[in-house]
Amino acid sequence: MQIMSTDIIIKKGLDIKLKGVPQNKVSSVTRSKIFAINPPHFHGITPKMILKVGDKVNVGDIVFYSKQQENVKFTSPVSGKIKEIVRGPKRVILSIQILADKSDTFKDFGIETPSKLAAPQIKEALLESGCWTFIKQRPYDVIADPSDTPKAIFISAVATAPLAASYDITLNNREKEFQAGIDVLAKLTDGEVHLSVGKESPSFLGSIKGVSLHKVSGKHPAGNVGVQISKIDPINSGDRIWVIQPQDVAIIGELFLTGKYNPTKIVALAGSQVKNPQYFEIIQGTQISDIVKANLEEGDNRIISGNPLSGTIVGVKDPIGFYDDLVVVLPEGNHHRFLGWMPFIGNNIYSMSRTSLSWLNSNKEFTLDTNLNGEDRAFVVTGEMEKVMPMDIYPMQLLKATIIEDIERMENLGIYEVAPEDFGLIDFISSSKIEAQEIIRKGLDLMIKEVG
Amino acid sequence: MKFLRKQLDIIKPHFEKGGKFEKYAPAFGGIETLLFVPNHTTKSGAHIRDAVDLKRIMIVVVFALVPAMLFGIWNIGYQNMGDGSGFWEYMSFGAIRFLPMVIVSYGVGLGIEFAYAIFRGHSVNEGYLVTGLLIPMIMPIDLPLWMLTISVVFAVIIGKEAFGGTGMNILNPALVARAFALFSYAPAMSGNTVWVADSVADGVSGETILGELAANNIPTTTVMDMFMGYMPGSVGETSVLMILIGAAILLFTGIASWRIMLSSVIGASLMGIIFNAIGSSTNELFNFPWEQHLLVGGFAFGMVFMATDPVTAAQTTTGKWIYGFLIGVFAILIRVINPTLPEGVMMAILLMNVFAPTIDHYVIASNIKRRKKRLQKVKA
Repeated sequence: MQIMSTDIIIKKGLDIKLKGVPQNKVSSVTRSKIFAINPPHFHGITPKMILKVGDKVNVGDIVFYSKQQENVKFTSPVSGKIKEIVRGPKRVILSIQILADKSDTFKDFGIETPSKLAAPQIKEALLESGCWTFIKQRPYDVIADPSDTPKAIFISAVATAPLAASYDITLNNREKEFQAGIDVLAKLTDGEVHLSVGKESPSFLGSIKGVSLHKVSGKHPAGNVGVQISKIDPINSGDRIWVIQPQDVAIIGELFLTGKYNPTKIVALAGSQVKNPQYFEIIQGTQISDIVKANLEEGDNRIISGNPLSGTIVGVKDPIGFYDDLVVVLPEGNHHRFLGWMPFIGNNIYSMSRTSLSWLNSNKEFTLDTNLNGEDRAFVVTGEMEKVMPMDIYPMQLLKATIIEDIERMENLGIYEVAPEDFGLIDFISSSKIEAQEIIRKGLDLMIKEVG
Repeated sequence: MKFLRKQLDIIKPHFEKGGKFEKYAPAFGGIETLLFVPNHTTKSGAHIRDAVDLKRIMIVVVFALVPAMLFGIWNIGYQNMGDGSGFWEYMSFGAIRFLPMVIVSYGVGLGIEFAYAIFRGHSVNEGYLVTGLLIPMIMPIDLPLWMLTISVVFAVIIGKEAFGGTGMNILNPALVARAFALFSYAPAMSGNTVWVADSVADGVSGETILGELAANNIPTTTVMDMFMGYMPGSVGETSVLMILIGAAILLFTGIASWRIMLSSVIGASLMGIIFNAIGSSTNELFNFPWEQHLLVGGFAFGMVFMATDPVTAAQTTTGKWIYGFLIGVFAILIRVINPTLPEGVMMAILLMNVFAPTIDHYVIASNIKRRKKRLQKVKA
């Protein structure tokens, strides 16, 4: 098969350099007592519990399934006992806490050779083991529908977000599993499996077989899979594209190679409030406290699972986000700044504009806190969003259409092509402090409801 | 500053929900936020934010206006007294005449903005920081303050708040004020007696270059004087040099659109060249060298500070090129063809303000078409 390869260079965007880049060092963490699965990590999923408090689980046993798609199952990352089901308002399940055994016993899924299996069998294996939940679909940025056949599958192994974990480290020594995972995924689409790697990346990814390889360079959001899709095979109305993260590809590969669901991954701990930013090997569902432990600076800290542009706020008791390979700790910005809106005051705060002298220190790593640096306002300034939007999308017009829920216009302006993370930089640079990601998420949910 | 912060923290509870002055919370908020960047932290979306906000952007525009304003103040004195007086004499004369206009403009305008904010329960927007200075700078110095007041009231209420405030208006509010004044008080806004302070009493001739041209007189002002601004005109518009300094500030900080500025100059030059080529024996404006068109009247000021107003300009990148170009074309067209309205710039910008959404509509339509074509290709 002739594999096409396109190099992608992203010029529009912004690299935000932050203090606390993780050092190239991977530690293991002492095994937690408590692991958790938080259903809110899976957008739009209502969990239906199979197990109750006190039940015993092996790694890979089904804990709950999706009320919306009953064959999408969520499995336990460790063996142990269901300790508690934490509920919020309206009895929504927020977290399922598992008291872990000292060591894991695995449910055996059987060793399989992907090339000998057909798509339905592969889907079945992924669904039963819980690996299906790694696969997300575009449009909508939700777990893929197993009854679909996507026109292509995209994997981005390019990390451009601020403080992002490097795939050279998180995928280290996972070549065999990664290749097996690709072989599995290739069975699920009639189209191609696209793999994007950093232009300079020395990793094994460049020699993976059965993919259409793309070398990506340029500013953030070059690493966002949605940006790559838009350059390679844009999503049209009615299309389905599936996306999956590189470490999860390796977990899938391992499932077929060993018969075990082994959701072990490497995550980075980064940010200016971390004393020794570095990498940790963890099991899915590990509590934040296990990796941040005594590694934080004093002060009012914000812990973020995910990158500082589109991650979520978490507490030390929460598990690391299911889809995240990064935990960032930043200082909270709960303080007033006298006349801080004056140009050239507060030059330690980064700005894309030149109203702060921060541009003079383009190589400096900034310590940014969580202050909004202003107040929310109506859309006033134009052209700023376009500077960080490399897709063929009019961001402000799409946001406006989304706010007024004009479905036809949203469709016309490309709502299917975007995910909230693609608007992360727009949140950042907006002088009117527009919550673009929130608007887009709501818009996508509206489209799911109205169009499906 | 800690003291100030403490005082604010002491009185703040009265303005919060359930407090004695709850209704006036927007007013308190407006003042508090002017003194201190609030302690608001990000709740959803990106956890970190750019240092820039609307206040910072507006204040940069105000800074960019300062060189033209200072020159304008000096020029008020210079035009009135002529050669022979000292710098500070010109400045103090100009300041005495100009500052009351600024005070009235800000006082009346911000008063209405605060009243609206309290009445409608939204926060005070910083848009008027710029508008409030723009208005006196584009008025003739002899405009009576009561006319200025009514113009400001009209501009803020009808030009802006009626549409929903900063960010929602169709027309540039400062130009609305000027247009209102021109059509309501024409004698005070045009002719040869309004551009120089006390010109009637002092018997100083105070015709603008465009006014002279419209009367078919060939002006004697040198090109250098036009560039430097040693001529009668609205307070802020005369010195192209000072306006260019402002433009440099706006472009360097990345706040104003260079596309609009550049394309408007291209449009105006082209129109000027066309008129020069046609020529006329009855209308001197046809023969006025095209490059000098760029130096006189409100052209430079309008292109740098008014056409680039992001709210009323075209919003798409392509749209900005078209929008700016057409403003340039129409500014010169109106100026030359309609000698009763020698200041074509204001009309051109207002006209294009109205058409900016239409321009954007067609620019965006091409994006939509591209998307639909892609879909059809896939389906085929």
